[in-house]
Amino acid sequence: MKALHAKGQPLVSDDRPLLRAMGLSKHFGARVACQDVSLDVHEGEVVAVVGESGSGKSTLLALLSTQLLPSNGSIDYRMRDGVTRDLFRLSEAQRRYLLRTDWGFVHQDPRLGLRMGVSAGGNVGERLMAVGWRHYGNIRAEAQAWLERVEIANDRIDDRPDTFSGGMRQRLQIAKNMVTHPRLVFMDEPTGGLDVSVQARLLDLIRGFVSDQGLAAVIVTHDLAVARLLSDRILVMRQGRIIESGLADQVLDDPREPYTQLLVSSILQT
Amino acid sequence: MVSPGPERILLDGVAKTFVMHLRGGARLPVVCGVCFSVRAGECVALSGPSGIGKSSILKLIYGNYRVDAGRVLVTAETGTVDVASASPRQMLALRRTTLGYVSQFLRTIPRVGALDIVAAAAREDGVAHQDARARAGDLLAKLNVAHRLWHLPPATFSGGEQQRVNIARGLAARRPILLLDEPTAALDDMNRATVVELIEARKREGAAVLGIFHDADIRERVADRIIDVTQFAPGA
Repeated sequence: MKALHAKGQPLVSDDRPLLRAMGLSKHFGARVACQDVSLDVHEGEVVAVVGESGSGKSTLLALLSTQLLPSNGSIDYRMRDGVTRDLFRLSEAQRRYLLRTDWGFVHQDPRLGLRMGVSAGGNVGERLMAVGWRHYGNIRAEAQAWLERVEIANDRIDDRPDTFSGGMRQRLQIAKNMVTHPRLVFMDEPTGGLDVSVQARLLDLIRGFVSDQGLAAVIVTHDLAVARLLSDRILVMRQGRIIESGLADQVLDDPREPYTQLLVSSILQT
Repeated sequence: MVSPGPERILLDGVAKTFVMHLRGGARLPVVCGVCFSVRAGECVALSGPSGIGKSSILKLIYGNYRVDAGRVLVTAETGTVDVASASPRQMLALRRTTLGYVSQFLRTIPRVGALDIVAAAAREDGVAHQDARARAGDLLAKLNVAHRLWHLPPATFSGGEQQRVNIARGLAARRPILLLDEPTAALDDMNRATVVELIEARKREGAAVLGIFHDADIRERVADRIIDVTQFAPGA
């Protein structure tokens, strides 16, 4: 086995995908939010889903993470025991357990991913308790270590996230997700709405976790520069469908579809 | 010169046309009928006027550009892959193990220092963290990147400094194939000579090198063969 690549994949360790979505559709009444989406995510692979707001990116993420049930389609997931299971055949409790342990979900708005009235340490500790940690001292020490890794000062562990800045909240949300060593993390515009310097720090952090932990990630973003920096592959969504996909630099350097060409030509150059 | 080894790159009837949908679907043919090969241990230079498609050929091999027609066969230790039909996963594996690429410009990463950028590339070879940093430091020193810059993100470096970091990054992992896009364009004579030495060292190690060298002197020095890309111009 050879080393990890910069973005984290082990060298083709298991050829079976970690997650395979097949024909996912979601209708809200007559409105189609997601139409016939199929995709694979392999271990250690970072997939970016790009497109404008309203293209169905966030709906797709909610479907993949089973927070939303599809109108049609299925998702297979290879669980830690090596057995691949149809996620929508699992019980609600089993899916929640997956989301709290084997997966992470980073929301654009950290208030959705954090409990604002609970201390920073408590937010991180909660996930540990979900996987069976019971010893208070150990939980606190582990939480402390993760806060350090996301550059949150030691003396803030007992403070509530509503006293934190936007960038700190987002870093706390990431620590909370990473503490159970998830294999797959979903991120919805993780750097949206942050100042560029704050965004750079966060991107740096995410890159580090992806390469050090060999995480697989599905990242929804409208920011193509973020997609280029973080992802191995890009899927372009429009009107609920995936209209183009490929290697990240291929989609950005040689976009094929008119809509992708429009997106790429709209990037600001610095 | 050592006699060249087995074929590493083979282009056969390769064509590329861009379709510009924002300009009413205008077709922009770049190259067609591209046929040549590069063997292990040799350096082949692409020549021709600017805009003729030299960089595009490198990008077709590295997979940044999709191939419209023909085959781009790249031979890795594990076998031969046709880039024209390879899956993204195959392509990523090929880049990790076989294809090295020094682009014209360094793409900087916010907050990541020069040494870390180069070391991350070295780690793709499977070397340990400390060894990767040592290898990165060695390359940066050879390329005369001042020590005080090593821990700074290169976004604010001069063009020449960025290019040297970029070369160090491209050479940090010892890939059997090396694609070089004008690696010496912004360099002074001393640094050019260093780059030439590094390329020659790679050739001796058996790498197949395909490059674009703006400077005719450099081209004459490192290239075993020169391919005039003008012959692949659409309508030529």
